[in-house]
Parts: sequence; C-alpha cells; structure tokens
Amino acid sequence: MSGVDSVSNVSVPLMGFAGQVLSALGDAVIAVDTRNDRRALARIDPARTVEVAKKMFEMDGSRFATATGIDVRDGIDILYHWVFDKVGAVITLKALAAAPEMKIDSIANVVPAANWIEREIHDLLGANFVNHPDMRRLILDDSWPEGVYPLRKDFDQIKDRPPLPPQPPDTGEALP
Amino acid sequence: MSHKTMINIGPFHPLQEEAEFFQLYIDGERVVDVDVRISYNHRGIEKLDESKTFDQVPFVVERVCGICSASHPLAYCQAVEEIAGVKVPERALYLRTIVNELERIHSHMLWVGLAGHFIGYNTVFMWAWKYREPVMDALEIATGSRVNYANCKIGGVRRDMTEDQLKAIDKLVDETRRDTEQLVKMVLDDPVLHARLKGVGILSTEAAKAYGACGPTARGSGVDIDVRRDDPYAAYDRIDWQVHVDDGCDVFAKTKVRLLEVLESIKIIKQAIRDIPKGEIDAKVENIPPGEGVGHVEAPRGETFHYVRSDGSNYPVRHKVRAPSYNNIPTFKASCIGAEIADVAITLASVDPCYSCTERMCTAIDSDSGKEMFNFAQLVKLSQQKTERIRKQV
Repeated sequence: MSGVDSVSNVSVPLMGFAGQVLSALGDAVIAVDTRNDRRALARIDPARTVEVAKKMFEMDGSRFATATGIDVRDGIDILYHWVFDKVGAVITLKALAAAPEMKIDSIANVVPAANWIEREIHDLLGANFVNHPDMRRLILDDSWPEGVYPLRKDFDQIKDRPPLPPQPPDTGEALP
Repeated sequence: MSHKTMINIGPFHPLQEEAEFFQLYIDGERVVDVDVRISYNHRGIEKLDESKTFDQVPFVVERVCGICSASHPLAYCQAVEEIAGVKVPERALYLRTIVNELERIHSHMLWVGLAGHFIGYNTVFMWAWKYREPVMDALEIATGSRVNYANCKIGGVRRDMTEDQLKAIDKLVDETRRDTEQLVKMVLDDPVLHARLKGVGILSTEAAKAYGACGPTARGSGVDIDVRRDDPYAAYDRIDWQVHVDDGCDVFAKTKVRLLEVLESIKIIKQAIRDIPKGEIDAKVENIPPGEGVGHVEAPRGETFHYVRSDGSNYPVRHKVRAPSYNNIPTFKASCIGAEIADVAITLASVDPCYSCTERMCTAIDSDSGKEMFNFAQLVKLSQQKTERIRKQV
C-alpha cells in the first residue's frame, strides 16, 4: 500500500483549498495526503469524529456525500467523504474503529445524512457506532444471523453463506 | 393522537424500478411519520466487485441500475483513472458526454410519464414515453443496446461512433426536441398542474442540505449544485450549457427542473456532435498502482459517488458505490410528514426514487381491526381523484 498515513504530517505546508479545510480542523488531523487542491485524504483522531463532523458540516458549501467502511488489519477504517461543490473538491477523512471492539462515535446526530450509511457499515462490516439515534438493521434481512458480516475480507461469498430461513410450505394455492 | 394507522408500501410494484419498503403512519388524512426499509433486493455488488478484475468491474456496476447504466461505470472509471493518473483522449470525453446526456433525457422522460400517471394525467404518460422512444433508438445506434451500454472503460470508451452514426443521433435528438418543447410548454402552462403540484411535498433548502440531497431533488429546493459544472468531467467544461435551479421546494419545482434539463441535455448533445474532435478513443492503461481514488458523476437522479482502493493487484481491494437515491430517499422524512395521503404518491415519486422493484404494493392497515384500508393502487387513485377535483374547480 502506498502509505497514505506515512507520507507526511501536518507540519508539511498544506496546499490549495483542501489545505485550507484541513488546517481549519486543527490538531484533530493526524496525517495528510493532498494529491492536488481538489482531492485530499487525511486521517483524523478517531476519538474526535463528532467534533470534526460538526466543523465540516458547518463549513460553507460542504455536503456529506457518503462514508465507506473498509476491513483493514487493525479494525474497520471509516472514510467520510465530504464534497465542496463550489470548488469541486472531494475531501476524504479517515478514522479507524480499532479492533477488537471496533467502536467509534456516530456522527449521525450532527449530520443527518450519515444515518443510513452508519447503519449499513454496522450491518455489513460490524463497526459499532456509539450514540447512533436508530441502529436498526438496514441492509441485511431480519433472518440473517447476528455477528456474521458479509463485507469482511474473511467472509467467503459461497462457503460462509448462512442457510435460508425456513419457508412456508407451498400449498399450490394462489395468493389472496 | 387519536387514531393512528400504518400504511405499508412495498416491497414490489411493477410500475417502479427497484425494491423498497415504506411504512407510513397516518392520523386521519395526515401522514405523521414515515419509515423506510431498503435492500429488499440487495445484490452485494460491492462484495462481488472485490472478486472481479479492474477491467470487469464496469460491466458489473452498470447493472446496479438499468437506467443509470452509463453513469455508474463512468464514475468507477474516473476513480480508477485518478489512481492510475490516466489522461483520457479528447474524443473519448465527448463520446462519454453524448451517451451520458442521452441517458439523462430518457430517464427524465420516463419519470415525467410516471409522474403524469400518478396524478391522473395519462396523456402526459403516453406522450412522454412516446417522445422517449427516439432517444432509446439513438442510444441503440450509439452503443448497440437500449440498456447496459457497455460503453465506458478505464482510459476511454470501447466503441467509436462514425460520422453517419453521429448524424443519425443528431436527427433523432432534433425530433425529440420538437416534441419535448411542446410537452414542456403544456406541462408548465397547465393551470390544473399548478394547482395540483405547487406547495405539495415541500423539501426546504435546509432539509435538502442536511440530508445531503443531490440532483434535481436538491436543485428543485434551491440548492445550486451540479457535478457536471462544479467538478467537470467528460467534456462538460468545453460546452456551453447551464444548470437549472428552482427555489419552489415543491413537486412542481422538481418537475420543472427535470423538464428544463431535458432541453439542456439536447443542447449539450448537439454541441458535442458538432465539436467532437478526431483521434484516439482510449488511452493505454498498463497497470493500476496502489492507491485510492474517488469518482463522482451527475447521474439523472443526482450525484453518483464511487470510491476505489487498489493494492497494486488486478483486483480492487474495496469499491464503494453510492447511488443518488440513497441520499434522496431519506428526505421523505422532511417532505412527507404533515402531507395529505392523496399527495403521498406524487411526493414519493418526486425524487425519482431508483427503487428497482420498490414501492407500490402499498396497503393501509387499520391498526385496531387489522383490516386493509388502502393499497397502492387506491393511493394512486386518491391522488388522481384529487387532480380531478382541482380540474373541476379551475
């Protein structure tokens, strides 16, 4: 992997628009990889996701596009993608929900648009969002077993597929 | 709370495109709460992509949606091109623009037809779908297929278009323009439609921003965003066109934005056909280095967002797909609550929810007796009757 996290640290001067946004976040930013002034990736302190989300949400012209969960060696990496439409910039902030608890603070209370995606990441990858307003299942069926996360790397699509739930007997009659 | 009723909508109805499940909570004639359950039909595309090579993924992602089947591969290819630092040839950028705009016209026309049906304007339904036909023919000429175009690839496009093909598309688009201009005029001047759709399904600018709404749903609520202009891709920055925004915040505003966008798309296609340069249609991509990239594209319904991570092998480590309806559907919490039942069908339809088999087997069950009160067909009927009443008054 190109070490996004090892490329540079905050002491390196930040360029362009992405640099302005990231410097506004202060010391919550741990490491930065600015590709150009419209695309940036940065790692943030996982204990401060709510504070960062609030700052980003209140910035002029920001829009929460979505989040991505990735199963990595140390836990689940949560990537928050923020779009700034006026300048066409996409800024991705990463926070690690460290194994084994994989806990991270939910940003859904400050950013309503994050509600569904956090539920989805919980369903598919098993990250635990603390203080989420409504952590019901969104993606998986109710019959899917607890604790089986289909998007994890060690889940095999064929071998690990849980059995189908019991079906009602086919009576041959037409549905009402 | 006097008498609360729950209405189930979903998961299937042949009228709409995908599966979703809504539960409306009704007090008398008013909607007091709405709950959405998605993924009745979850296909696990993101997991599937991890077992496909970079070259195979475009064909998988274009099957995310039968209507946005040009936008998803394009967003994915842009993400990968960002990782590999590929410079796409000029001609390919124009070819991508033409296919994506044709897609926008056919998607918007399909929506106008459905919306017409929901409010009891079956003439609009017939016309819109008739005028959509030449566009589908143009797509077939351009790519060989009416849906799932298999057109985009990493580094460019897969097929070139000859002079004759471009001329034929130009002619078909002209045909559509004539008819569409007439349709737009008729819809925007109709006093019954004004009375029926204005002030219905209000989604305020603040709510649109909070829920991260995108596309015509956001533009109909006065949020001036369009990826095509804001973060230009394909050939959009080389063409003269404009973004239509309306701050009406209601269903009428969204209808207006979509109709005007159809005309704008026609303008874009005609310019692209006029200005398309000669040359290569793809760049050579030898390998995808390790790295991360994002690609976003303005699909007909809004921004479609893709994130790709590569570890230098032939397979993506992670490919995240976010379709526009994922952000637009939660806005029902803002737009449906407090609405009349007769307005629900059109409000739900107004974001053009890409529910591949969603909705619309909707039954209202009396919470006390368990007796069925309405099904979706009856809800659509309620909506159509309201139009009828307004028509008599006007």
